[in-house]
Amino acid sequence: METVKEGIRAMRLQIENLTFSYGEKNDIDDIALHVSKGEFVGLIGPNGSGKSTVLKNIYRALAPDSGVIMLDGEDLSAMSHRKSALKLGVVGQENDVPFDFLVEEIVAMGRSPHKKLFDIDNAHDKYMVRHALEHMGMEGMAKRSYRHLSGGEKQRAIIARVIAQECDFFLLDEPANHLDISYQLQIFDLVKRLKVTVLAAMHDLNMAALYCDRIYVLKEGRIILKGTPEEVFTPENIYDVFGVLSDVAVHPVTGKISITFIPAGINAQTGKNA
Amino acid sequence: MIFNRAETNMPVIILILVILSAATILFAVGIGPIPVSPDKVLKILASRIPGLRSIPRTWEQLDQNIVLGLRLPRVLLGMVVGASLAVTGVAMQALVRNDLADPFVLGVSSGASATATLGMIFGAFSFLGKYSLPVSAFIGAALTIVLVYTISRVRGRINITQLLLSGVAVSMFMDGVTRIITLSAPNALGLHNASFWMSGSLAGAKWEYLSLPLVILLVCMFVLMINYRGLNLLLLGDESAGALGVDVRRLQKLLVLVASLMAGLTVSVSGTIGFVGLMVPHFTRLLVGGDHRKVLPVSALAGGIFVVWTDVAARMLLAPEELPVGVLTAIIGGPVFIWMLKRNSGRWRQ
Repeated sequence: METVKEGIRAMRLQIENLTFSYGEKNDIDDIALHVSKGEFVGLIGPNGSGKSTVLKNIYRALAPDSGVIMLDGEDLSAMSHRKSALKLGVVGQENDVPFDFLVEEIVAMGRSPHKKLFDIDNAHDKYMVRHALEHMGMEGMAKRSYRHLSGGEKQRAIIARVIAQECDFFLLDEPANHLDISYQLQIFDLVKRLKVTVLAAMHDLNMAALYCDRIYVLKEGRIILKGTPEEVFTPENIYDVFGVLSDVAVHPVTGKISITFIPAGINAQTGKNA
Repeated sequence: MIFNRAETNMPVIILILVILSAATILFAVGIGPIPVSPDKVLKILASRIPGLRSIPRTWEQLDQNIVLGLRLPRVLLGMVVGASLAVTGVAMQALVRNDLADPFVLGVSSGASATATLGMIFGAFSFLGKYSLPVSAFIGAALTIVLVYTISRVRGRINITQLLLSGVAVSMFMDGVTRIITLSAPNALGLHNASFWMSGSLAGAKWEYLSLPLVILLVCMFVLMINYRGLNLLLLGDESAGALGVDVRRLQKLLVLVASLMAGLTVSVSGTIGFVGLMVPHFTRLLVGGDHRKVLPVSALAGGIFVVWTDVAARMLLAPEELPVGVLTAIIGGPVFIWMLKRNSGRWRQ
């Protein structure tokens, strides 16, 4: 009994039977997943497979049609928006702000769930903003206009905002999308260094293999595979989900799974049978 | 430095604007076909303050009548209307997340015009006595908002695109109704009054028209100020705002309510004074950035000052004839809007 209780305590997020649809057909169907404290969990799948939709149901941009989402053992739907914002930090895809804000003002917005109606910014708020900017190596950009940052700098500012939010569970919705490779690695390294719990929708399979402890694979709104990167990323599975041929090996330097995609043309030339 | 965007000095900016507002009231009251010097205005005003009645009476009764009876209510109404329009513009722009929105995008002014012309030309609301114009205009504004709001709800939340488009559709419908009413007008005087009012004018200012818009302005301003963090977060987009603890549906409803209350009430006392709610927030943001804690008070004061001086110009340009102030703001505002639009599209191209 004691060990079971211990197991529940370490569980940060537990989802059962989550279903949601934008229109007539279910966009995500009967999703079940869990994230334990300290884990880096990846959501993988082709475009339109429902990765973002799952995340949006968790961070409440969408309301589930059915199913249960438990956050730290509490029913999320019964929780106030402010309370869930104190636990969950979100880095989404829409990070353009059509108005003029300084970088430090954007980061300071992470403090708002800590603020009641009449609160003004205190010393701790200012400290957290400075701390977050330093962690992201952005001290020098605090007074720059957010609108004029590059894509990678914007993404770093948004992660600084989540750090300022002081929550230890990050939901990342393809945070490195459209970024140069150096920024992609930088973003994930910075998040990893924070030692927080992470649930991330990811596009790049190699990136997922490098950073994730466990992976869920979504296809057409359903979870069809789950496990460690080693278990999930086999050439057969990759072909089933993405429809491409690949070669999978453990990379000698990283010690992680490394996937090489094989174009159909090359395969035809060598005559190798996949 | 005050105009340093990175280190905005709010107390100094607010102090300067308050002094400018006071000076605006003092000078604008004195300007007109019969000029009254600012020191005389000051004395007349001071003599009305209880405890200061001992001020020696060095002015003529005519001056006092002009200042207290005609010009002061008009100037004060200009301050209140200008502040309301600017603040409504700020709220509307946060709601639709676009700095090209103005207080009348949801069709408030068209709705108000329809019922107000009905009242002015056919006397449909004459049973309301001296309040018949503002009340009839407000009824139209409120009807429009309820209609637009109902159309734009999708799955229990406001769909911003539908909100804007149904605003356009309902405006056109209401404009059509107004056109029918004016075309079937039995007398030319009513028609002239109606078109003068529709153009946006402070000429009908009365002391009785002041208190309700002022109270509503203060209440709405208070509501918006305590929600300034939510307004800022709304500019990040619904999803980011929700993820940062904002109850987006609640805040959107609140903004629709606040914005339509202020816009409806403003139209009801002064007709449609266009572009103020667009230009003032824009130039305010250039000065202090996008943070609503700063944008709201600064644009309220700047909006008041702007409308009062434009109204002075409207009184004086063709004196003794008078232009509706809304005509002037439209003539200034149209080109400014196009400039903003071009500036924005240039920015997106980058």
